[in-house]
This record gives sequence, structure tokens and C-alpha cells, in this order.
Amino acid sequence: MVALSVGVIGVSYGVTAQSAGLPLWQILALAICVFGASSEFLFVGVLATGGSAVFAVLAGLLVNLRNAAYGLTAGGFLGRGWRAVLGAHLVNDETVAMASARPSGAQRRLTFWISGVALLICWPLGALAGALLGQVVQDPETLGLDAAFPAVILAVVLPSLRDTRVIVAALAAALVAVGSAPWVPAGAAPVVALVALAVFPPRRHSPRRFPPRRHTPNRSSAHAHPDPTSVHPDSVPARSEDGADR
Amino acid sequence: MSGFGTWVAILALAAGTYGLRLSGVLLRQRVTFSPWTQQMVDRAVVLLLVAVVATSTLLDGAAFGGWSRTIGVAVGGAVALAKGPLFLVVLVAAGSTAGLRLAGVA
Repeated sequence: MVALSVGVIGVSYGVTAQSAGLPLWQILALAICVFGASSEFLFVGVLATGGSAVFAVLAGLLVNLRNAAYGLTAGGFLGRGWRAVLGAHLVNDETVAMASARPSGAQRRLTFWISGVALLICWPLGALAGALLGQVVQDPETLGLDAAFPAVILAVVLPSLRDTRVIVAALAAALVAVGSAPWVPAGAAPVVALVALAVFPPRRHSPRRFPPRRHTPNRSSAHAHPDPTSVHPDSVPARSEDGADR
Repeated sequence: MSGFGTWVAILALAAGTYGLRLSGVLLRQRVTFSPWTQQMVDRAVVLLLVAVVATSTLLDGAAFGGWSRTIGVAVGGAVALAKGPLFLVVLVAAGSTAGLRLAGVA
């Protein structure tokens, strides 16, 4: 189950945060209230290397920008009302990736909630175990735990990489992210990688050429995305043309 | 670092992150997305995830993160491709990374 794997990553986070000097309550508060692995790692990492709290927050928020795009996707199956407002907290890499792999809205919602709640339990528990473990083990690298997080994300996103077009786009995104990382603030690289969207968009039936355009859904959370009337109503049925994201 | 300052920072990060998530969710419910737009957003999510995998595998900040982790994640990915269970993916990834480091690989 993803939850157990995330628990293992949680252990890694706990160990890292502990060796960075954070008291246990702060480690747990981060795990429960922020609930986003990479931003927590980054936050702790910035503080550990002597960065200011302000910078740590900014870096964490930058890394978490992608959660706005995840929220957009999650809004498609979360429904309305207080459940959606509550469920928004559970939006992150793992839950949205797992939910998106399901074929129907109802299944997505179910998968999202199950994985979200399971993660909400296992992640802080893993962090707790890691923090306690960290008082014994000084270097998480010897346990190879830093490979756990990317491995989990990779495993969960792999089913979505189903056709050549998406794979090419994904490779381009990876290249852009890695290539731009030295030049952009910490955590911004994945957002920059979205330029690959402009070069490799999903196909449409309309003969009109797709105009190159920077798609940066995370730049502002209330971004003005093209309005629905800009696409022919009879263009691309939801899944058949580009099945990769299902 | 002051204890209080860190607490404020944690709360700020938590609130900001939740704001990002909630605004995405609420925006989605107020705007009717065309199928193509939805595909666009879904693809953006996939690309973001892949980018996150790439940077967290290959990089430590701006520098190369080392072959141990790179190979470890790749081996874990191979397990995933072979439809192995997620728990095994993690164990294999962490284990091979640890093993490689033990063997002296960076």
C-alpha cells in the first residue's frame, strides 16, 4: 500500500528533521499541518543549513505551488461543500496521482479519500518513528531512505505514462527541471518544467494549430485558464484521444 | 533559530499550502472545464510529478545527487514497471541505494 511506503519516507523525513535539530512537536506539526513531503524536507533542509525561517517558508510554498494544479484536478471529483474543503488538505503528490489513475469520478473520490486518510495517519507516524530513530542513527543516507520518495512518486505516476506523446513530454519536463534547477530558486524547477506542456500538449481534433503558450497553472492559484468556449464542443472526447492520463 | 519563529514559519507554510490546495479545488468547481482543458490540467499534473521525481532523484540542491540514489530509484522503478507492489518498490530502492553507498559508490 502507498501508505506504508509513504510511512517509510516519513521515517526518512523524521530522521532528517531530527538531525536538523527540530524538536519532536515541530516535526509532527509539519507532518500533519503541511502534509507535503518535499516541502517538509526542503523546509527542514533550509533551516538546517542556517537559512532564515522566511526563506524556508517561501521555499516550501514554492515547492507546494504544484498543489494548486493538483487541487484543480481534485476539484473534479471531490464534490462540493465541507467535504471538499476538508479534502483539500489531503491534496498532494501521492493522493492525486493515485486518484487520477482511476477511471471514474466516483472511484477517484474513493481512492483519494482512502489514500489521503491512510497517508494522514502513516506519514506523521513515520515521522515520529524517524525522529526517534534519528536520535540513534545520525545519517539517513546510510539507509538509502532518500531514494524512497522519488521511487514512490515514480511508481505511482508510471501508469499514466502510457503513450509515446506523454512519455516524450515527460522526458522533456524532466530535462527542463533538472537543467533549470541550478538557476532557479529551490523547488521552482518542477514548475518551470511545465513549459513542456506548451511544446507537447494533449492532442485535439480541431485542425487549428495549438498556439505555443506558457502553461503555468501554479503561478497564481486563481489563474485565468482559457475559457471553455475556446474549444469546439465536439473536440476531443474526454479519454479516447489521449489515454495517457487515465 | 528561535522556537517561536519556527512555529510561526510552520503555521505559515501550512496555511499557505492549504490555501494553494483549496483555491485549486474551489476554482475547479466554479469553472466548467472543457475536456481538452481537463486533459491539459491532468497532463500538467503528470509532468509535475515526473519533474519532481527527476529533481529529487538526480539532484541535491543544484549538484548531482550521486549514483547510488539514481541507480536505487531506477531499480525501484524497474520493480514498479514489473508491476511489483509499492512496498517492494520502496524497499528495493532504499536497499539498493544503501547497498551501493556501502560499497563506496557516491
